[in-house]
Amino acid sequence: MDTSKIGKSYPPFEYEVGREKIREYANAVGETSPVYQDREAARAAGFRDVVAPPMFAVVYSAGAMGPAILDPELGINLMLMLHGSQEFVWSEPVCAGDTVTTTATVKDIREQDGRQFYVFESVSTNQDGTETVRGTWTNIVRGG
Amino acid sequence: MNQGDAIPELRVTPDRYLPHRYAGASGDFNPIHIDPEFAQQVGLPGNILHGLYGMAQVARANAAAAGDDPRRLKRLAVQFRGMGFPEKEIVVTGTVKELRDGRAVIDTVAEQDGNQIIRNAEAEIEPQ
Repeated sequence: MDTSKIGKSYPPFEYEVGREKIREYANAVGETSPVYQDREAARAAGFRDVVAPPMFAVVYSAGAMGPAILDPELGINLMLMLHGSQEFVWSEPVCAGDTVTTTATVKDIREQDGRQFYVFESVSTNQDGTETVRGTWTNIVRGG
Repeated sequence: MNQGDAIPELRVTPDRYLPHRYAGASGDFNPIHIDPEFAQQVGLPGNILHGLYGMAQVARANAAAAGDDPRRLKRLAVQFRGMGFPEKEIVVTGTVKELRDGRAVIDTVAEQDGNQIIRNAEAEIEPQ
């Protein structure tokens, strides 16, 4: 298989974090702590504003990951693709009012047990240039 | 927190419309998650939960074990395997695998009816 695109990077994607979007996400996944809902509770806990649950990383990273996974140069067969595994390493918390910029890179392309593995890395930083999360997204394409 | 300790179990039953709310919250409107007819046409028993929703439950269980402080969840790696379904209870369990450098490494799994939907999950938390 073609591994020449390992190392390819995609344009940075900028996401503005809204308080209501954090609440909507927290409600959907069942995060009930007031730090995800209420500004005063979040500030009392030491956050700048309502803080995003850690897995909100998928919301602000999605716009960077889409073009990578859909890249015609990679030619991933989406009909046969599964999200195989996922890792996040968190640093600075993300709060309402932040602007998070995420860049995706092709980290690895390999064939294993008759399946193709496409591994992407995303690095997200806030408006101060501080890293918020680093994601490793492994997509598996079954033999077709 | 000591090696071998269990973290508090998390139980949650996503209702029938949860995948719709998660789709809106996350932006992932893949019809296999929200359209039972489409899901059946592609060979699934019905619409399936988003894998990242299941991962969010594993994250929640581990953050809860660290005093419900999102700053104390430092890393989470999971594998998506079996399919999850709405209207079935999800049970997240975890065990402290090791303690190192002030962090606890937690082996975690999410199951529905004994079927693992998130497996080989490993979290690193900073215990209180």
